[in-house]
Amino acid sequence: MDLKGKVAIVTGGSLGIGCSIALDLAANGADVAINYRKHADEANAVVAQMEKMGRRGLAVQADVASFADAQRMVDTVREKFGRLDILVNNAGINRDGVVWKLTEAQWDEVLDTNLKGYFNYIRAAALVFKEQGSGKIVNITSINGLRGKFGQSNYSAAKAGIVGLTKAVARELGKFSVNVNAVAPGLIETDMMRDAPQDVKDKALAEIVLGRLGAPEEVAHVVTFLCSDLARHVTGEVIKVDGGQYI
Amino acid sequence: MRLKDKVALITGGAGGIGRAAALRFAKEGASIVVSDMDEAGTNETAKLVADGGGKAVAVAGSVVVRADAQRMVDAATSNFGRLDILINNAGINKDALAVRVKDGDVKMMSDDQWDAVMNVNLKGTFICSQIASVPMMAQKYGRIVNTSSIGALGNIGQANYSASKAGVIGLTKTLALEWAKFNISVNCVAPGATKTRMTAGIPDNVMQGLLDKIPFRRMAEPDEIASAHLFFVSDDAAYVTGQVLFVDGGISVGV
Repeated sequence: MDLKGKVAIVTGGSLGIGCSIALDLAANGADVAINYRKHADEANAVVAQMEKMGRRGLAVQADVASFADAQRMVDTVREKFGRLDILVNNAGINRDGVVWKLTEAQWDEVLDTNLKGYFNYIRAAALVFKEQGSGKIVNITSINGLRGKFGQSNYSAAKAGIVGLTKAVARELGKFSVNVNAVAPGLIETDMMRDAPQDVKDKALAEIVLGRLGAPEEVAHVVTFLCSDLARHVTGEVIKVDGGQYI
Repeated sequence: MRLKDKVALITGGAGGIGRAAALRFAKEGASIVVSDMDEAGTNETAKLVADGGGKAVAVAGSVVVRADAQRMVDAATSNFGRLDILINNAGINKDALAVRVKDGDVKMMSDDQWDAVMNVNLKGTFICSQIASVPMMAQKYGRIVNTSSIGALGNIGQANYSASKAGVIGLTKTLALEWAKFNISVNCVAPGATKTRMTAGIPDNVMQGLLDKIPFRRMAEPDEIASAHLFFVSDDAAYVTGQVLFVDGGISVGV
């Protein structure tokens, strides 16, 4: 899929699924900027990998929960790379707990990063996309936003919010030929997941009809599809990449 | 070449979306069996594939006749040695209000109108999937893409069509669950308004009203629907099954 000459931002691109998305967009020709909050070394390593592919890469220290940081990052990317074509909102955290024990801080932290963080970047990129009459926005949500998960009322609410955000923005930016879609992964074997307790994995495996956990690259390929010309008439959609975990 | 050495059966391939998928898949390296009731159109699609340097076999027949569906699948295995991909694309519409009352006169959608549409769109998808799944199960690999429609969400004058297309979604999900263990993915593309024979007859004033409701303000080209088919049957979608993807310029958002 040809993304040559395109410039992308991937939030949370230093680790896990975000890292795979950044590398896959780069492998398909895009120059990619990623943000990081704390993981500078990991972010710089991703940039180095992209540069080895012959692409331009950029790591920007920015907290997605900060409205000002998002605007600054979009400005920085346009200044350094001259344009912006693709925004992939991926940065997310979890602070799990059953609802009767969940603290206000746990709620706010997850909503600020996972939902408001997406708004912050869309808000900054939308003006650019609207003006140039093109652009791709892909929001990473989760099947847990579609069905709810025990111990994740905050996370599920944020991820469900992303679906509503995606659809509303798809309507608003449609007439400017901007595609806005979401990808909902199931349980994906990231570095973080590899260390998860076996019973958590077994429980998920029992649900996944394809009988195996997904790889981060398998999510990245679907994101790249949505950013490519193949999906130019697709907007407002949510694609699950879950091996049939939630049908 | 994303479909090198793959063999695809595409029903409803005499024109529109089916023909676009045949040409697209062939360009990506697949060998094609194309079928349709319209024999001349089917042959023409096969010829167009061959003209482009691809391999194609045409099989005229009906997706609701088991013997015909078997011939389509056999054409793949006998000519090309296997069957990897099935695109259930054959579909018809016979529009009418379910019940129309005018000046005390009551007119109902006929059983024939109901049965014909349910047969081709839903039962035809079921039959072709069943028969195609046999070689797919044996080789532990298959990619099936069914065709629903934004009509599945309800559309005035299309009780039969929208019921059949909603049925295709349920069928897709059940087959995805049943056949995952054979490494057969079953997904569904739901096109919006697309420039095909089916939409060619829509009056201008109705069309303008429709375009006004599409966030992208235009109809899809058949090739843009075939792009979604290509995605589902490519390795990029290896972990995707039981999914419904609307390719509709956003018209279904919020419906």
